[in-house]
Amino acid sequence: MNEFLTNMAGVIAAATPVVVAVIGETFSERSGVINLSANGLIVLAAMTGFAAAYLTGIVWVGLLAGFLTGAIAGLLISFSSISLKQSQVAVGFILSLLFRDLAYFLGTPFMVIPGPTVSGWAIPLLKDIPILGPLLFDQNVLVYFSYILIIASYYWIFHTRQGLVLRGVGEQPISAYSRGIDVNRQRYIYTALGSGLIGLAGPMYSLSIKAGWNGTMTGLDGIGWIVLSITIFGGWNPLRGSFGGYLFVFLQWLGLALQSYWTNVPSQVLQVAPFPLMILTLLFVNIGDTEWVTRMLATLPRGVRGAFYKLFRFLRKPPPASLGVPFERE
Amino acid sequence: MHIQLKNIHKYFGSVHANNDVSLTIEPGQILGLLGENGAGKSTLMKILSGLICKDSGEILINGEEQDLKSPADALRLGIGMLHQDPHDFPSMTIREDLQIWDQRSGRANHSAVDWQALMKIQEDLGFNLDLDGSVGELTVGERQQLELARLLWLGVELLILDEPTTGISASQQEILFSALKKLAGQGKTIIFVSHKLEEVKELCSRAVVLRKGCLIGEREAPFDENDLVKLMFGRQITRTRTAHAGTRDVCLSVQKLNIEDFRIAIENVNFDLYAGEVIGLAGMEGSGQRQFLQALAGMKQPSSGHILFGDEDLFGKNCYDYQKRGIFYVPSARMEEGLVPGMTLEEHYILSDCEKRVFIDSKKSHKVTEDRIQRFNIKGRAVTFSEELSGGNQQRLLLSLLQDPAKVLLLENPTRGLDIESTNWIWSILRERCQAATSIIFSSADLDELTFYADRILVFFSGRISEPLDSAGLDEERLGRMIGGKD
Repeated sequence: MNEFLTNMAGVIAAATPVVVAVIGETFSERSGVINLSANGLIVLAAMTGFAAAYLTGIVWVGLLAGFLTGAIAGLLISFSSISLKQSQVAVGFILSLLFRDLAYFLGTPFMVIPGPTVSGWAIPLLKDIPILGPLLFDQNVLVYFSYILIIASYYWIFHTRQGLVLRGVGEQPISAYSRGIDVNRQRYIYTALGSGLIGLAGPMYSLSIKAGWNGTMTGLDGIGWIVLSITIFGGWNPLRGSFGGYLFVFLQWLGLALQSYWTNVPSQVLQVAPFPLMILTLLFVNIGDTEWVTRMLATLPRGVRGAFYKLFRFLRKPPPASLGVPFERE
Repeated sequence: MHIQLKNIHKYFGSVHANNDVSLTIEPGQILGLLGENGAGKSTLMKILSGLICKDSGEILINGEEQDLKSPADALRLGIGMLHQDPHDFPSMTIREDLQIWDQRSGRANHSAVDWQALMKIQEDLGFNLDLDGSVGELTVGERQQLELARLLWLGVELLILDEPTTGISASQQEILFSALKKLAGQGKTIIFVSHKLEEVKELCSRAVVLRKGCLIGEREAPFDENDLVKLMFGRQITRTRTAHAGTRDVCLSVQKLNIEDFRIAIENVNFDLYAGEVIGLAGMEGSGQRQFLQALAGMKQPSSGHILFGDEDLFGKNCYDYQKRGIFYVPSARMEEGLVPGMTLEEHYILSDCEKRVFIDSKKSHKVTEDRIQRFNIKGRAVTFSEELSGGNQQRLLLSLLQDPAKVLLLENPTRGLDIESTNWIWSILRERCQAATSIIFSSADLDELTFYADRILVFFSGRISEPLDSAGLDEERLGRMIGGKD
C-alpha cells in the first residue's frame, strides 16, 4: 500500500509539467490561437531554463527563463498569425522543429553537467492527512503551484467576466468585437500567457523530474504532441485536461509496473500502450458525431437512445468555434 | 441624438458600395432605410456603428465630427447596432452572453452586472427572456430581443436594426414594432433597415432609399408604396403568379413517419405529394421543418415509417440514393451548407456534374457555365468566387446547380433575405419546373409567400404537423394562429 502511494505520488509529480502545459495550450486555444509549436517549445525551454539556473545558481531564475522563452514564442506566434495572418498550422509545425533543433544546438555547452534542482517541501499539517497527505502534499513547490493553477484557471475561464470574454473571443470574435472588445489584443495576451505556461513545463523537467540537460537524450521530445491531444481530450477545460494529463502519466507508469508481471509481453508493447490508448479515448469522445453512429442510434429504443445521447453530449465538447481562424472585421 | 453623414464613400475592391451618401437623422425619429439586396444599406450602417471604416466622408454626432475606428468608439458615443445575424454567443447562457462587453466602451451607469435594470428594460418592452436559458436555443426573434435589451442596458441612444424582421414570427414582429415605437417616444433615435415596404410604412416617419450605393431619394410619411418601389428598383414590380400545375399523380407518399433528434420529435406524419405540386411548410423557426425536409432528403434518418417513391420504400436509404432518384434538398444557409467558399462558379458546376472522369472537360464546363449563368440570370462571371455574390445571386447559383430531371425539390427558406425582385424571379424558375412535373416542398416564415406560391400548406408547431390545408381561400389570420399553436 505504502509503495503504491509512493508510486502514485510519483505519477502526480511526473504529470505536473504535462498538466501545466495543457492548461497553457487551453488558454491560447480558448482565445482562438492554436499553438502547435508546444513540442519544440518544451524542449527549448527545458534547455534555456536549465542554462539560466546553472549560470545564476538560482532555480527560480531558471523557471522564469523557461516561462519567458514560452511567452516570447507565444508573441512570435501571435504576431505571425494575428498581425501577418499566416497559417497557424504551418507556422506552428515549423517553429516546433526549429525550437527543438535550436535547443540541441544552443544547449551543447550545458550537456550532462549537474545543476541546481527544485527541492521537495512537505506542507506541514497537510502532509499528515492519511493517504492524501503523502499523495498530494509531500511534493515540491512546482506541484503545489500546479494545483493552484488548475483551480485558478478553471475558475478564471468559467466563473469570471474576463474568462467569458476569453471564451467569447474564441467562439464568435465578430460578436465580441462589435461589443467593443479588442479581439486581437485578447488573443495576444492569452497566447503569450498560455505559451509561457507551456514554456514553464520545460524547466519543470530539467530542474526537477528529469534534472539536467541531456540534449537529444532528455526524453522530452514527444511530450508536446501529447499535450496538444490532451487539450482536445480535455474539451478545453482545465479540470478535464488535468485529468487527462494524470491519466496519461498513470498509463505510462502502469506500462512499466506491469512489465514485471507480464514478462512474456515484449516491454516495448507496454511502453507504447499509452499512446494508442489516448487515441482510442479521443475516438470514443468524438464518435457520437459520426454518421453511422447517429443512424444506428436512431433505430434504438427511446430510453437507450436518450442515454447514449446524454453520454455523447457529456463526452464531446466542441472546440472553440473560431479556433485557428484569423479575425477579420468583414 | 443628432446624426449627420456627409459624403460617405466606401469601396470593396472595385465595388463602390457607398457612393457619396449624405444623410441627416433627427432625435426621436424612426428612419427607414430602404433598398434592394446589395444596395449598400448594411455597409452604410456598419460604418455608422464602427464595424467597418469609411474610405472618405464625415460623420457628425450632435454636431461634432467623430472618427469611428471600432465598435468600441461607437458604443462610447451611444451607437449600437442589431445585426442581421445577431452578434451573440450561441454556446453560452443568456446571463453569460450579457456579460461580454468592454466596460470602457459602455455608457451604462452600472459598473457591475445590474440584472434588475435589465429585467426592467425587458419588462417595459414586453420581452420575456429567461436569463438562465441558453442563447443557442432561442429563436432568431428572441435573440434579437436579447440584443435589443442588451444594447439599451448599455445605454445606447441610437439603435440601428439591420433587417430585423427576417426569420421572426408575426407575433414577435408585433412585439418588436411596439417596442421600437415606445423607444422612439422616449427620445431614442432608430434606424430601421429593410427591403420590406409594408414594415417601413407601418413603423417609420421618414424613409430614405439607397440604390446601387447611392442615396437616391427620401420621403416623409405617409408613403406611397408604388412610389417607393419605383425608387428602390427603378421600375414597377408586382408579384406574378403562374398557373397551378398540380396533378393527382402521387409522386411521394409519406406514411407514419417519425423523426427524432436532440431537439425535437415529429410523430406520425402522413401525406401524399402530387407531381407538380407545391407544398409550403409554415411555422416558427425551429418547429421541425428543417428536420422534416432533411428526413425527406435522406440526410436524416427517421426512426420509423415509410417514404414511398413510386413502388419503392426509401426508408433507411442515404441521401445519395435519394439524389439518384431525383430528390434534392437545398439548405437555407447558402454559404455554409450549399456552396463552397473559395470556389468559382465554374468550379461549382464542374463539382456538381457527376461525370466519372479524371480530367476536367474544360470546353464543356465553359459552355455549361456560360449557359447556366445566362439562363439563371446570375450577376457574376465564370471566375467569380461564390462568396462574392450577393444573397440573391447565391440562391440563383444554388438552384442552377440542381440537376435535371428533378422529381422533388426540398427547399429550406428559399427566399430568406431576398428582395421582391429576386423572390419573384426565383419563384418563376421554380414554377417552370412544376410545369415539368417537379414537386416542391418549401419552408418559409413569410405568410404571404406561403399562401401565394404553395398549393397546400402544412403547419408546424413544436414538432406537431397539421393536416395539409388548401392554400386557396386560406385565412391568413387563421394560419397565424395555427403557427402560434392556438388553433
